[in-house]
Order: sequence, then structure tokens, then C-alpha cells
Amino acid sequence: MSTGRMTDDGREGQGQLQQQMPKASVLSARDVRRDYPVAREAVHALRGISLDIAEGEYVAIVGPSGCGKSTLLNLLGVIDRPSAGSITIAGRDVSTLSDAEATRFRLTQIGFVFQRFYLMPTLTAAENVELPMAEAKRPRVEREARARELLSYVGLEGRANHRPFQLSGGEQQRVAIARALANGPALLLADEPTGELDAKTGAEMIEMFARLNADGTTLVVVTHDEDLAKAAKRVVHLRDGQIVDDTGRRA
Amino acid sequence: MLLRLALANLWRRRARTALTTAGVAVAAAMLLDMVMLGSGMRESFRGFLEQQDYQLRMTPRGTMPFDSEATISGANELLARVSADEDVAGVAPVLGGKFFVATGGDSIVAGFAVGIAPRIQADYVIAEGREIEGPSETVWNGALLDATGKNLGDTVRVSAGYDPQLRRFTGTRDLVIVGRGRFVMLSGGELAGAVPIATLQAMGGPEREDRISVALVRLRDGANVDSVAARLERNEPRMSAISTEAALRFVDERLGYFRQLAIILASVSLAVGFLLVTTLVTVSVNERIGEIAVLRAIGVARWRIVAQVMVEGVALSFVGAVFGLGLGLITAKWLNGILASFPGLPAAFDFFLFEPSAAYKALGLLVLCGILAGVWPAWRASSLPIAKTLREEAVS
Repeated sequence: MSTGRMTDDGREGQGQLQQQMPKASVLSARDVRRDYPVAREAVHALRGISLDIAEGEYVAIVGPSGCGKSTLLNLLGVIDRPSAGSITIAGRDVSTLSDAEATRFRLTQIGFVFQRFYLMPTLTAAENVELPMAEAKRPRVEREARARELLSYVGLEGRANHRPFQLSGGEQQRVAIARALANGPALLLADEPTGELDAKTGAEMIEMFARLNADGTTLVVVTHDEDLAKAAKRVVHLRDGQIVDDTGRRA
Repeated sequence: MLLRLALANLWRRRARTALTTAGVAVAAAMLLDMVMLGSGMRESFRGFLEQQDYQLRMTPRGTMPFDSEATISGANELLARVSADEDVAGVAPVLGGKFFVATGGDSIVAGFAVGIAPRIQADYVIAEGREIEGPSETVWNGALLDATGKNLGDTVRVSAGYDPQLRRFTGTRDLVIVGRGRFVMLSGGELAGAVPIATLQAMGGPEREDRISVALVRLRDGANVDSVAARLERNEPRMSAISTEAALRFVDERLGYFRQLAIILASVSLAVGFLLVTTLVTVSVNERIGEIAVLRAIGVARWRIVAQVMVEGVALSFVGAVFGLGLGLITAKWLNGILASFPGLPAAFDFFLFEPSAAYKALGLLVLCGILAGVWPAWRASSLPIAKTLREEAVS
């Protein structure tokens, strides 16, 4: 399957991406901090995180509730800004992007998979997959073909015209994965992707992520699911907003 | 695709959307009716005046046509002087009064008599039969024919007065009914008949001799109405010369209360429509806050979220307004029937005059209202903090 990767101005640009940055690093976070003001006091959700993720890595971020996993994922997904430090993704410092630039960057460089799937209930599976491509103004014919290709990749070729309520939880999550891959992102982020699934479907999802990574997708997964974490090639342990262990890190 | 998403969101909650649309439709109907009412009476009255095709009405000074029973003496000389004005093309005298018809036994029917110059009169149109040609002919309206049981061709005994002390009629004439007329300035139920003005003057005896109530003045093409009116008033100090515009100003003054009421009710309708749409769109945004946060997270631009929410508001307002315009026309017709039946109003008087501009105005105001109604929820949807919203949605 083609990743169909786009530059953040919306152009197809696999080769260009590779020229912009060293092939080894997709993501580089340096001394990232995130503080939240709560009742006039600052809560330090992240306390100086530094992290490098290379192209093609499969990283699981684990840790107890409240350790800052989701906060870190939000920062890596450019839907939140660090209080201090810098994050570079696909060669671009994303911590200083304007709202419009960050939106465009997410559209073209980041794929999101959420615990609750969050498909648009009024659109079919194919239309949900087409949505990011439509936003990126890709031609209808191209995005329809790409949606078919992606749905086939996640094993839902016969479900393209089904609406979310006609799909099982596992099927909805697979549609969400196809949507996340639509614009060929540099990085696929998943927040508790098996959290709403039963054990059997969760196991299928773990296999799906392994296949995605094997096909070249760079994956960062936040999870409490030990099986999902085990499937990752690298596990980053967080506690109290800090990395306390980073197992399987590439040299 | 986002446009489709917006409309699909409305479709998703069909019952709620239908109820809101119905509410907007009622507000739109009210708004249209009030816009129509605001200008309807004035334009309807203008239609009456212009239909008569006389640009000036000369009345005893300080009175409006048939606003009182005042008459002016020396009518023949007055009419001759007015006719001699270089800008006057014609003068039609009118004398108003009562008349009585004996219908057999002790039964008497009283009606309104209009003395006219038959060939140039502008007070009625012949619906059946023919125009008056001789001094002993008369044209009655349907109500008078029905009330007396008379028909065209019948000879009737008509009196101009009744002396209660002597218990006898005065100024009695036998007249032949030659036509059924529709009197444009009289109410549908009012009993009325027209006779030649000379006949009515003669029937009234010395009190009506050489008198008129109104003189309708037709001007030559290109004559300046206001300057001719001023000149005629200067030349005839006992008379007021009232142009169509002056009569309309007078009507405006008298109908000011109606217009104020119409403006207040129209404003209330707009406010109700605005609040309905704002409420529905806000509720819709609140329900979909997670979806909206996800759309933002996957890279949908802020302005596209604004557009999506605004489309919902405008779609609701537009559809509601379109239904409302139809409903407004139906209710206007119904209300017009009730109001027009008030005593003393011309039968063909329209309180609610439909003009395309009224519909465009109502539609435009409601669509504008829909746009404004979407501003707050759209701003809220587009500016929500993505990470915080997703976190809260996950917890809930």
C-alpha cells in the first residue's frame, strides 16, 4: 500500500520529506514541559521530556493514569502547545506554529486514532476516510480510489457504504485507522486504541498496528493495554511527567 | 463534504429540526404579515384613490372627503371656475346624503345616496346593467338590492328625507334601477345607490340646492399637482384641495398606530426566530463537541467549522422562512377577511397587501437572522480547545 505522504502545504512529497530531514528522525522533542494552571497553581503535567522517534518506529507510551501520557500525545499531535521546550516533526518546529499552520500540519503530517473512534455518524465509512482528503482538496476521483484502497487495507472493502452505527467497534476503529492514513502522515498517533474493544477485537487491532508498522508507518501509541505495549518495538515509561524508562530504543 | 455534513446533522435530529423549522415558519409568517400590514393599508388606499383617476379632491375647507356631512354652496359657479383653470381637464361633482326606500307596508330601508355626474363619475363600477343616462335612473349596489328585494328594471319610490313629526317622506321621486354597481369607497354591507347629482339636489330641496360634498378634479398631463392645489385653494378660500399624496399623508397619520404595532410585532417575530435558531444550533454544537474537536484534530480548518455551523443556522432559517411565507399568505388572507368586515371600510380594502418586496424583505431579514444566530455557536465551536475537549469527552 502506498503511504501517499504529503508535504504540509498539501503537495505529494515523499522524496522531498526525506530530503528535508535526516531519514532516521521523524520526531524530536527537547526538554518539553507542559504546565496547567489549576486554582491559581501550576500543575506540571510534563517535566522536561526529551524524545527522538525514528522513521518506521513503533513506540508505546505507558504509565499510570495521570502520568502525562495523553498530554505528551497531544503535544506530539500538535493539538496542544508546550509551555517550554521544542518539538520538531518531519523537520519542522511545531511548537511555534500559528493555529492555521498547526491545523494544516495536522492535516498533512499527523494521523490520529482515538479511543472512541469518533467517526462522523452521518457519513459512510468511505466518506469518513475521504474527509481529510477532501479538506486537503484532493480531487474526488483520487480520494475515492484512495478510500477504497485504505478500506481494503484494513479489511473493510465490503463495508465502504456502511455508516458507523452499522459497524462493530472493531470495524469502526479500522475505519478510523484508514481515515488517519488518508493523507499519508509522517506520524500515526493512537490514544488507547483498544480501550473500547473486547479482548478478541483488541487482539485483531494489535495485529493491525503491527502490520501498519511493518508496512512502514511510524507509530506512537499511548496505552494501558499490556499486550499492545508488548507488540511495540519500543516502550517509553512515563511517571509524574517524566520518562523513567525507554526500552528498545534504537541506537 | 462539510456542507453535506452540516445538512446531515440537521437531518440526524429530524424531529427537533422539524419543530424548530415550524417555529421559524410561524415567526416568518408573523413577520411577513406585519411587513404586509405595515404598507398594505396605505397602498390599498392609494389604489382606491388612483383607481378614480382624479388627482385632486376639493372639499369644504378643513374636511376630508365624506369625513363630515359638510357641503359647499354655490356649486355650479365653483365648478365653472375650477373647470376654467388652465391645468384642469375635468371636474366631477359628488353630493352625499341619505335616502329612504319604501318596500311595502311600514317597512323602510335607509341607504347612502351618492349624487354623481354619470359620464364622469368615479365612485362605482357597473357590475350588471348599464350606467345612468336619464334624470330618473339610479344604480344600486347589491346590498341595497338584496335589502329591498328589488331587481334591475324595477321602478322604486325613493325619498331624500323623512319628517318624523308629520310622519311623511320628503323629496320623493320614482326612479328606475338600471344597473348594479360596486361602490369602491363603501363597505360591502353598506346600502348605497347613485343618482344624477341634479336629481339628488332637487330631492333635497333648498338644503341641497346647488350644493356638493366633493369635487373630483382631473388635471392635464404634465400639470404640477401641488402647485395647482395651492392655486385652487388660493382662488377658492372656502375649499381645501387635497392631492392623492396629501390624502395618503392623512391616512398615514390615522394609521400610525397600526404601523407601530406592526413594527413591534415584526421585531418580536424576528427575535423569536433568532432565539429559536440560536438555541437549536447551540444545542447541536454542544451535542457534537467531541466530533467537532476531532474534525479540528484531523486538520479541518477553523473557518470551515464556522461555515458548517453557520450553514446549519442559515438552512434552518431559510427553510423555515420559505414555509413561513406560505403560511403568512394564508393567515394574511384569513385576517384580512376578519378586519375588512369591520363596519365603514370599503369592501375591497386590503389590510395585507402582498408585494414581492415584502416577501423578499421578510426572507432577507430571516436569513440575516439565521446568519447572526449562528455566530455565537460557530465561534464557540471553532475556538474550543481541542486537547481539553477530547480529554473531557473521553472522561464523560
